[in-house]
Amino acid sequence: MGMEGIGASVVRKEDKRFITGKGRYVDDIKLVGMTYAHFIRSPHAHAKVKSIDSSAAEAMPGVVAVLTGKQIVDDKVGNLICGWAITSKDGSPMKMGAWPAMAPETVRFVGQAVAVVIADSKNLARDAAEAVVVEYEELPAVADMPSALKPGAPQLHPEAPGNVVYDWHIGDEAAVGAAFSKAAHVVSLELTNNRLAPNAMEPRAAIADYDAAEEHFTLYTTSQNPHVARLVLSAFYNIAPEHKLRVIAPDVGGGFGSKIFIYPEEMVALWASKKVGRPVKWTGDRTEAFLTDAHGRDHISKAEMAFDADHKMLGLRVKTHANFGAYMSLFSSSVPTYLYATLLSGQYNIPAIYAEVMGVYTNTTPVDAYRGAGRPEASYLLERLVETAARQFKMDPAELRRKNFITQFPHQTPVIMAYDTGDFNASLDAAMKAIDYAGFPARKAAAKAQGKLRGIGLSCYIEACGIAPSKAVGSLGAGVGLWESAEIRVNPVGTIEVLTGSHSHGQGHETTFCQLIADRLGVPISQVSIVHGDTDKVQFGMGTYGSRSAAVGLTAILKAMEKVEAKAKKIAAHALEASEGDIVIENGEFKVTGTDKSIALPMVALAAYTAHNLPDGMEPGLKESAFYDPTNFTFPAGTYICELEVDQATGKTSFVNFVAADDFGRLINPMIVEGQVHGGLVQGIGQALLEHAVYDGNGQPVTASFMDYAMPRADDVPSFKLSHTTTLCPGNPLGVKGCGEAGAIGASAAVINAITDAIGNNKLEMPATPDRVWHAIHGNA
Amino acid sequence: MYETTYHRASSVDEAAALFSKGSEAKFLAGGHTLIPVMKQRLASPSDVIDIGKIKDLIGVQLSGDTLTIKAATTYYDIMTNADVKKAIPAIAHLTSVLGDPAVRARGTIGGSIANNDPAADFPAALVSLGATVKTNKRSISADDFFKGLFTTALEDGEIITEVSFPVPEKAGYAKMRHPASRFALTGVFVTKTKGGDVRVAATGASQSGVMRVSAIEAALKSNWSASAIDGVSVSSSGLLSDIHGSADYRANLVKVMAQRAVQAAG
Repeated sequence: MGMEGIGASVVRKEDKRFITGKGRYVDDIKLVGMTYAHFIRSPHAHAKVKSIDSSAAEAMPGVVAVLTGKQIVDDKVGNLICGWAITSKDGSPMKMGAWPAMAPETVRFVGQAVAVVIADSKNLARDAAEAVVVEYEELPAVADMPSALKPGAPQLHPEAPGNVVYDWHIGDEAAVGAAFSKAAHVVSLELTNNRLAPNAMEPRAAIADYDAAEEHFTLYTTSQNPHVARLVLSAFYNIAPEHKLRVIAPDVGGGFGSKIFIYPEEMVALWASKKVGRPVKWTGDRTEAFLTDAHGRDHISKAEMAFDADHKMLGLRVKTHANFGAYMSLFSSSVPTYLYATLLSGQYNIPAIYAEVMGVYTNTTPVDAYRGAGRPEASYLLERLVETAARQFKMDPAELRRKNFITQFPHQTPVIMAYDTGDFNASLDAAMKAIDYAGFPARKAAAKAQGKLRGIGLSCYIEACGIAPSKAVGSLGAGVGLWESAEIRVNPVGTIEVLTGSHSHGQGHETTFCQLIADRLGVPISQVSIVHGDTDKVQFGMGTYGSRSAAVGLTAILKAMEKVEAKAKKIAAHALEASEGDIVIENGEFKVTGTDKSIALPMVALAAYTAHNLPDGMEPGLKESAFYDPTNFTFPAGTYICELEVDQATGKTSFVNFVAADDFGRLINPMIVEGQVHGGLVQGIGQALLEHAVYDGNGQPVTASFMDYAMPRADDVPSFKLSHTTTLCPGNPLGVKGCGEAGAIGASAAVINAITDAIGNNKLEMPATPDRVWHAIHGNA
Repeated sequence: MYETTYHRASSVDEAAALFSKGSEAKFLAGGHTLIPVMKQRLASPSDVIDIGKIKDLIGVQLSGDTLTIKAATTYYDIMTNADVKKAIPAIAHLTSVLGDPAVRARGTIGGSIANNDPAADFPAALVSLGATVKTNKRSISADDFFKGLFTTALEDGEIITEVSFPVPEKAGYAKMRHPASRFALTGVFVTKTKGGDVRVAATGASQSGVMRVSAIEAALKSNWSASAIDGVSVSSSGLLSDIHGSADYRANLVKVMAQRAVQAAG
């Protein structure tokens, strides 16, 4: 409704402060008497901490304290937890080693903290850290999964024999076996999904402030979910009870999943603040981000698909090894299991699926959710496998997909998910039309005549978003519920504050959430403000990840809004001496339908707060809250098609065209959706062509700076042609599905399918660097 | 511990005098190497002497068959200079693919060659064109100037003042960019001198920094064309190998970039 309602590309309200440098990030905050923390981190991938001599450092000017891993363990600060319990095939619980916030005894990855210096300035802390002498006894390290799983390999944790965290499975093994035994064709593929570093623009930071008189902590931190941080810090890390801990996540410069988790640095800052009696600030630098922000992906998989004689899919068998790094991060266990294997049906009608996933410890940075979290890995595997099948059958890959698409909804897959709605043919058609798929053979021939290798690649992705029904995730092992909460305060003069448990760290909630209010009430969005990111202000919240803010967070706002409207209508009806059922809301006014009688929102709000003339028995005020728990995941889906050329002489890839046809259900703000898709596609292309977090055989990171870790830049990516096909999500009243991760989930397979099509060699891993592509062209990959 | 004194010199003589007074002084031009290294605390100079603002060190002159670029001239100023574009367009092209706009706005030719990063672009141009490096003490031929990884003929405290390039008959530069750093994964500069000599230099390829490629020089001398290089075999022995490019890939790039540089040269 109106220029600023749902469906309008409203310019982002928050951009004024971001563009003019007025954003307020954790590092912008300075407290009186604040000290600065500098961590002393292990240079070894695996070592015993023999001794720490901090006497020289402690004597240096401005040094407040040097604190060690032994002290934090002695003070009974809890070990870091993993919040999703996974059960192995044999019924045993997952096997986890302890992860203390600073290592008292053993370090297991380069960058793990062993001690922290607290000083009057950042530089003094850094100077003193150089004077702390840590004696290590190096231990043999394992940097990759094949090494970690070898008999006799160095062991990370005594709790996890063989470096195996779990050996999990899903699906019906016997049914899949039967499908393969009657198959006319079997297609198989081995592939890796490369490890990525998340690289949010703002590095992580924390300020902890302990108030001794109140025994109360305030933590400012770079979090996607401040309430979850408070819950975990209180319930598991023994920092303080919830009512004695306030967590504030102010402006946060990007997360991509990496700021979901509660990290050692926040815990140490809180503990240290109480110990030294002054606020403690830590701001990570880029190197620390590479070393300690949870990495993403890192799978090695083998996949096989059985087809009948008519090329209909019969069964899918997948075996995946997932690298967890040295410790189990907060949601790590769920990523290669319930966020991955449950999506292996893709857009296809596959009668039987069986997947096995082995989680493995290595002496590397912990791995957890990163934009898409499990779903990019599933989509990449399946879409490469289907493309491989089409080539093996000498079939048009679009036709093979179409033949196997799910067309009836709801559809129960063999791997838990029940797809509610979708139209996979519609998005495939839209993408094929946008890229002129029919004209490709002629373009390929024309390119060949000029000595260029041209290829086209499809990717038909589906994802499960809006995570999710609390009951369902609880039954799968989640340690938390995944609802969302909202509160709406209509102030006495009619301005509106919306308090939400969703957290915006780039998503544009301060605009899109206002658009819902504008849509409902017909008021300008300038009258509405969004409040988030502070546990003292917002009643509760599960935060922002898994493309859940619109489907879950905004629906919670809608639920609260419905309560506000109901009460406001009663007040309006009373004032207008009309029947409540005759009141309609238009352009910020409550009208008696079919008459010219109306009362403006500010007058209704004022009446609610003066309480001079309210209906009998009505409480004063106009403020309502709601908790919303969805009934299902949402299932955004779409088709991406990439057309590119490969330079035979150098192996370098150049994009010709990239089209995306997404079904996100209803769009709140198409411009913001476009931005989300652009960002996701660039991350997907980054994974396909450029990004790779690499360790050498001793567990030393090779790519710990932007000199070596190749982030995509503007000239590395094409201009995108975006379009939308729409089926409304039946699971929530807004019909929204979520758009934050789609690009990162679907893009990489389209790129690799296009390159392998161009070069005529399917043996190619990500990132498809010019070196790798050149080797693949010359047949020695 | 890491305190340093910043000086902004207004002349080369003043810079040299300041250097001799400092216990462990360093010169600063564009700052792209020194500042990151200081931030990482891998260098802690007592004095940082900024020579980037010395007027005598900035500018380009074309005089007869010699193009002279003063040491503190930025890449951007080189890239956009009319005399450079006219006399040796390959140098203008090289600067246009060097780093990114922010790098080009600050980085200087003198800083690049003094640092002699094995993947820097300018060393290839100097060696290929047979340039002469002039310092506050002497003149050094490019062949003698570069001494391997991050090593040059410069003596302690010696300041590069300018680089003189003989204007060639033809020259071209082609580069495969490093995907992360935007240095040269491999770059090749080819020159046909007015005397008929051919000089080919590759950067980003060798473990010992910028190198002449004699096999390609010989092929081009008898036939200045990209196809003349088709049959040349470049050995991967002694070439760099890392996650972005294996030695055999770099050997291929030396050849391919040489061919493209010849095409660019015309």
